[in-house]
Amino acid sequence: MTATATSRLSGLPDSPADLRTFLHGLPGVDKVGIEARAAALGTRSVKTTAKAQAIDLAIRMVDLTTLEGADTPGKVRALSAKALRPDPADPTCPPVAAVCVYPAMVPTAAAVLAGSGVHLASVATAFPSGQAPLEVKLADTRDAVAGGADEIDMVISRGAFLAGDYAKVFDEIVAVKQAAGPAHLKVILETGELATYDNVRRASWLAMLAGADFIKTSTGKVGVNATPPVTLLMLEAVRDFRERYGRQVGVKPAGGIKTTKDAIKYLVMINETCGDDWLHPDWFRFGASSLLNDLLMQRTKLSTGHYAGPDYFTLD
Amino acid sequence: MPKSATPSRLAVRKTYKLYVAGKFPRSESGRTYLVDGDNVALASRKDARDAVVAARAAQPGWAGATAYNRGQVLYRIAEMLEARRAEFKSLGVAGAEVDAAVDRWVWYAGWSDKIAQVAGGANPVAGPYFNISAPEPTGVVGVIAPGSLLGLVSVVAPAVVTGNTVVVVASNPQAAITLGEVLATSDVPGGVVNVLTGRAAEIAPWLASHDDVNALDLSGVDDTELATELERAAAGTLKRVLRPTSGVDYTEDPGTGPMTALLEIKTVWHPKGF
Repeated sequence: MTATATSRLSGLPDSPADLRTFLHGLPGVDKVGIEARAAALGTRSVKTTAKAQAIDLAIRMVDLTTLEGADTPGKVRALSAKALRPDPADPTCPPVAAVCVYPAMVPTAAAVLAGSGVHLASVATAFPSGQAPLEVKLADTRDAVAGGADEIDMVISRGAFLAGDYAKVFDEIVAVKQAAGPAHLKVILETGELATYDNVRRASWLAMLAGADFIKTSTGKVGVNATPPVTLLMLEAVRDFRERYGRQVGVKPAGGIKTTKDAIKYLVMINETCGDDWLHPDWFRFGASSLLNDLLMQRTKLSTGHYAGPDYFTLD
Repeated sequence: MPKSATPSRLAVRKTYKLYVAGKFPRSESGRTYLVDGDNVALASRKDARDAVVAARAAQPGWAGATAYNRGQVLYRIAEMLEARRAEFKSLGVAGAEVDAAVDRWVWYAGWSDKIAQVAGGANPVAGPYFNISAPEPTGVVGVIAPGSLLGLVSVVAPAVVTGNTVVVVASNPQAAITLGEVLATSDVPGGVVNVLTGRAAEIAPWLASHDDVNALDLSGVDDTELATELERAAAGTLKRVLRPTSGVDYTEDPGTGPMTALLEIKTVWHPKGF
């Protein structure tokens, strides 16, 4: 990155041309290198007490998610109750970070979670495609916040991004951030649709420049979800962004993370890329639904000494 | 020895690997041991864990297959076993025993669509209800198998014919893994039968205490102390435990007992119209 690009951007972009210059001035991603690095970080062996700590931290980082057309108030209530006490048999098990639902389900979840310290996230802005007029997206966001959500997961317009209309994507994020008010804004890049690592890096910086509090990999609704190399790339982006602008942004990989082993690989990756500062639920989240049960089974295995089975944990 | 005129071939020596989820992986631990000069994978508790995951994943599909289909698959096993007769004989299994093992698969294949009528049925009740009992598979069964090929077949076949899936700890590794090769080429879905080779005393306690194993067959455990310990561990999750009281003669007619021991009876009360 050249100094010129930085100085031009120090007060955020003056014109769309500057934004484009900045994003295209970001160094290209070494595809082979980042994949090898991510794979190498996945080979660490984390055992016994370290594993127990990793599991508890991972549980505290889970955004327990249900984003189905078939979600009912009953299911959302059950999920919220599970978020508060993931393992009813073990009071030492920490609660998860947040519950993540569709805007229509926000009031239902809010009633259960009120005052508990567990956050309530809602997807908004015409999730998962993002193909809706800005007004609709903003109304969606305001609705979710009014219903009690304190975190908003918005999707970027991948169509606009891929067409090179960075200014439109930027302005949308700024507008949604404004509409979200006090709520934390997570920006979903949908990396599976961005096609290249270079695009993921650009989208990460674009989202952070526009004011994102979190950058999130995926909706979980397309074929390719969070992968270790993409998450590593985004972790590098938030690290470099803080170095340059002094503001810390969180990362949330979502979709496809199903096992404790995978989760621990991500924790190792954070530690090796960004250091301790990001090893906290305020700065890193797992967007997942089935991951929690695997974490609970592993936790039970460590505390009881024998293998746990899915029959002993709730489905939702 | 005089050198022969033609160069001799290099020996192709076989490593007997585990049979888990329809594949033949080495032990996760990387360990092997020698049995009669053959390299055999020495399974660890994590192999047992992986095998249980595979068995659990395969169970609904296998139990959901029609009884007729399961019978056909079992008959196919008999066909493939028959074709490998020579290989089993070279492993030291008597010809008569291979024959008996083939016949046992055929016998159990025939039972697949008949056991429900024998173990279940319509019950007469004093009320306006249809009352029907139907046997259902217990689920994932941990099997500590006896050493002989016929013994192995005689504990695996009755478990899987009704829709259970099994994790077998085999004590005669070469014959057991060769049977695994028979199963792998017999339309048996991966994960329905998983074969681990190694020390029963090391692996069996993990199966006995595993929350996701529904039953435990201790037919191959000769050490009474170990058997008692396994029964105690199994009690923690209320597993069904089969522990044959004395030496079983596997050449005899097994009867329906081995099948019904791994079935749960579901009874349905259905209101009758007036």
